[in-house]
Amino acid sequence: MTHPELEHCTYQTHESYQSKYKHVGQPYERKDAIEKVTGQARYAFDLEMPGMLHAKTLHSPHARAKIVKIDTSRAKALPGVKAVITGDDSDIVVGLYMQDKLALAKGETRYQGEVVAAVAATTEAIAEQAIHLIDIEYEVLEPVRNLDDALAAKILVHEDIADIKHVEGVFFPQPDSNIASLNRSYKGDPQAAMEEADLVVENKFTLPAVAHVPLETHVAIVEADPYTGRIKIWTSAQSPFALRQLMAYSFGMQDSDIEVHIPFVGGGFGGKAGIHLEPLLTLLSREAGGAPVKLRMSRQQEFNYMPTRAGMRGRIKTGVMKDGTMVASDITYDWDSGAYADYGVNVGKTAVYGGLGPYAVNNVSIVSNTIYTNKVFSTAYRGFGHLETLWTVERQMDILSQKLGIDPYEFRLKNMIRPGDTTVSGELVTKSTGCPIDCLSAVVKEIGWTGRKTDEEREREWKTGKVRGKGFAMIQKAPAMPPNTATAVIMQMASDGHIKVMIGGIDYGQGALTAIAQITAQELDIPIEMVEVRRETNTNTNPYDWNTVASKYTFMAGNATIKAAHNMIDQMKAVASQALQSAPENLSHGDGYIYNRHRPDRRISYKDMALGYALPNGSGVGGPLISHGYYMADGLTNLDPKTGQGYPALAWTFGAHAVDIEVDVESGSIDVLKVASAFDLGQVINERMVYGQVIGGVMQGIGSAILEGYKFSDDNVLLNPSFTDNKIPTMKDMPCEVVPIYIENPQLNAPYGARGVAEHTMISIPSAIGNALYDALGINFYHLPLTPERVALGILSGKKDIY
Amino acid sequence: MTTHEDKDLCALEAAHQESQERRIVLSLTVNGKPVVEEVDPTMLLLHFLRDKLKLFGAKEACGEGECGACTIILNGEAVTSCLVLAAEAQGAEIVTVEGLSKDGELSILQQEFVFEDALQCGFCTPGMLMSARALIDRHPDPTDEEIMEGMGGNLCRCTGYHQIFDAVKRAAKREREELNRS
Repeated sequence: MTHPELEHCTYQTHESYQSKYKHVGQPYERKDAIEKVTGQARYAFDLEMPGMLHAKTLHSPHARAKIVKIDTSRAKALPGVKAVITGDDSDIVVGLYMQDKLALAKGETRYQGEVVAAVAATTEAIAEQAIHLIDIEYEVLEPVRNLDDALAAKILVHEDIADIKHVEGVFFPQPDSNIASLNRSYKGDPQAAMEEADLVVENKFTLPAVAHVPLETHVAIVEADPYTGRIKIWTSAQSPFALRQLMAYSFGMQDSDIEVHIPFVGGGFGGKAGIHLEPLLTLLSREAGGAPVKLRMSRQQEFNYMPTRAGMRGRIKTGVMKDGTMVASDITYDWDSGAYADYGVNVGKTAVYGGLGPYAVNNVSIVSNTIYTNKVFSTAYRGFGHLETLWTVERQMDILSQKLGIDPYEFRLKNMIRPGDTTVSGELVTKSTGCPIDCLSAVVKEIGWTGRKTDEEREREWKTGKVRGKGFAMIQKAPAMPPNTATAVIMQMASDGHIKVMIGGIDYGQGALTAIAQITAQELDIPIEMVEVRRETNTNTNPYDWNTVASKYTFMAGNATIKAAHNMIDQMKAVASQALQSAPENLSHGDGYIYNRHRPDRRISYKDMALGYALPNGSGVGGPLISHGYYMADGLTNLDPKTGQGYPALAWTFGAHAVDIEVDVESGSIDVLKVASAFDLGQVINERMVYGQVIGGVMQGIGSAILEGYKFSDDNVLLNPSFTDNKIPTMKDMPCEVVPIYIENPQLNAPYGARGVAEHTMISIPSAIGNALYDALGINFYHLPLTPERVALGILSGKKDIY
Repeated sequence: MTTHEDKDLCALEAAHQESQERRIVLSLTVNGKPVVEEVDPTMLLLHFLRDKLKLFGAKEACGEGECGACTIILNGEAVTSCLVLAAEAQGAEIVTVEGLSKDGELSILQQEFVFEDALQCGFCTPGMLMSARALIDRHPDPTDEEIMEGMGGNLCRCTGYHQIFDAVKRAAKREREELNRS
């Protein structure tokens, strides 16, 4: 197949990338690399406090049960035990969007793994021993097992669903149901358009819950001072300020009474956003007279008790014309959010504006239900629903193109969103929005796509025992965040001219410290070595940031950093103007100096102004240099509750993956030979770290595609809470070749044009592999993961559709 | 996961309590320095390194030998220190991540991890480095398969492994060239 788009398509890869900037775009080394390769980086897991107690927790073995009796007297009597608490001691309910999550189960349990009691003791061993001395009696109840059970609403996971506090006008809990929120978007007349379509195709796609698996499990230390009433928290978390706010709200305190410290964080992937162990530890610390109490999740607890990515079912009906024009799309997404929806409910909401794919369709209905069941609950996870919705949409696109007999590249191109089109929510697309077509063309070219295999070709290959297949899929994602999300940056110059930057965001591996340093170096025109971004974040000293989530930190804090740097330059120019007897407008900056543009030899180094400038006669001018910058999203709005119309997206990052796979027809195992991944990221900020995001995201996507997933018993007990039974990819699962491709159509309100590229890299890997699997085998798979077992049994069944 | 049913664990705990009262004297070499400590014979090597010697580099990320974050080198072999008793290291030579650099200068292996950006959050990095160290010591010129075999027991959720693979390969090459290893 040849196509003019492909002939004219050029792109930069990891190998060839050149930035037009001095510092921005350069592949600088990670600022915190040395601490991390020497073992010096300190994580919350490593912290110890004077007088620190150790906590252990008792978890419900039942998915749904009444707590008939709980007796902690034997545990309390054990020497060394300083506090024992149960749900009877707590009325604390927390939650980011839905305030529905209890610090400890109270009266009943809602999932297997929920904490029913906790102990703080002088050693971990004593705390563990005390846990075994708690006597608890349950009356086991029938659980809400799955989405169908939940929608039948014979049993309600939350009887009080109508009274749950939530962000009103954004989330819509349905009374007398298990639907934590029903969100929708509606555009045109999908019903009428469906009737006029030449072909209507309806399908159902599903995928299980998946664990984030940060290598550092959730861990926190809390000290609740009984005298001042203040709470100090050291925690492995992505969102110090959101945590502070949620803690204050739940405990009826002022934000300022709570101090959150975040040291190095050993991975997050969304699972450490929001609020987790901190309320429980606050109760324990209070009970123990204010001693600091530490709790760390074991890996098994991390799987069982800490939240997951929700399982999802997507039902999609698409109307197309014979020429390939999509005229209508009607989709229902059901999210299995488990026992709580505190953060998960926002994943559901995101599906109504991100769940169509990057296509221009005039008649659309999307309904997204975030649903309670008696399972471990869900939260944000890298991709925030888009891996799931695009598993639905991009598999459907492939199936539609099969039925129409149109090449899947041509079919996508025909329907792809372009400048002048509008998104589902009615946002006007311009050149500044980015170009999904550039991304698709690049990966299709890179993978050497020549069209789908014929049946004859497949049969010929089959005889060798291994069949190859190619496939591709689109990516789109915008940050899911409140329309008024803000961040700030503080910059100070040290006496030696070095710049110390304080940010509110957390670098949990994605490289924020380095990206912000590069932007600072770029704007001030100083060597990268002269910029340090402070490692540990403390809500009492660092400037505000909403949440380090949603792949928007570089965009927002990048803009704030540019402002802070400009403010510092202005301050230096004001000082230099006096010292040089030169009007500020005649001054420029560069290479560590403020200088007169006409006579560059009249100059003063930044360093000489760092603490204020001393004139030759000894008089002082100016003062210590400190500046700040902030950025608040502008022009964004909440969505109309009925139609989903509005402006949700700070930035749409578009992308595409293409994969070349080899399937062993006997074992069903899939080898990923090559992945080409293109993103319209506007501008690379650090090439080495974008590369890391792509390689890492692709691998995590492969995990979701072929390995990972929660398995539950009939009683909703998690069957695979360990690395033995719930594997994540290892080095042996690496694809042979990954080609990151950078498309740079700048976004005009972004720092240097840069959009986020972090979560995006894992989205649609399952879709691309699913599509390649069809190319290889001629079989459509509708459920993830595509394990060897599922693929082999699919082949053996002789069927063309495997659900 | 703890439930009220496994009371028999209490018996184990009691035994544990008892063993805490028994002590053994452990003498070994850690990062080239002699160490003599009195320890509980049930103490894990990982906890000995972290809690007694305050070497916080080795991490615990599963406690079951499945993830490799606690990997250290014991008598030349990479071992997951969460599965080894401290008592088993009697007289042993141990190297941890803290022992990789000399005189404040990063070793070639560490330099290559930095250069290749073979780390993101960094939590798996100490274990990765120790598995890599043992691998290169065993195979100074490792094949691709030997690298994947040698590093396959260390989980990383951030990087996607390519950078780690490349760093190990480059480090082995540089060590052969610069340190005349073969």
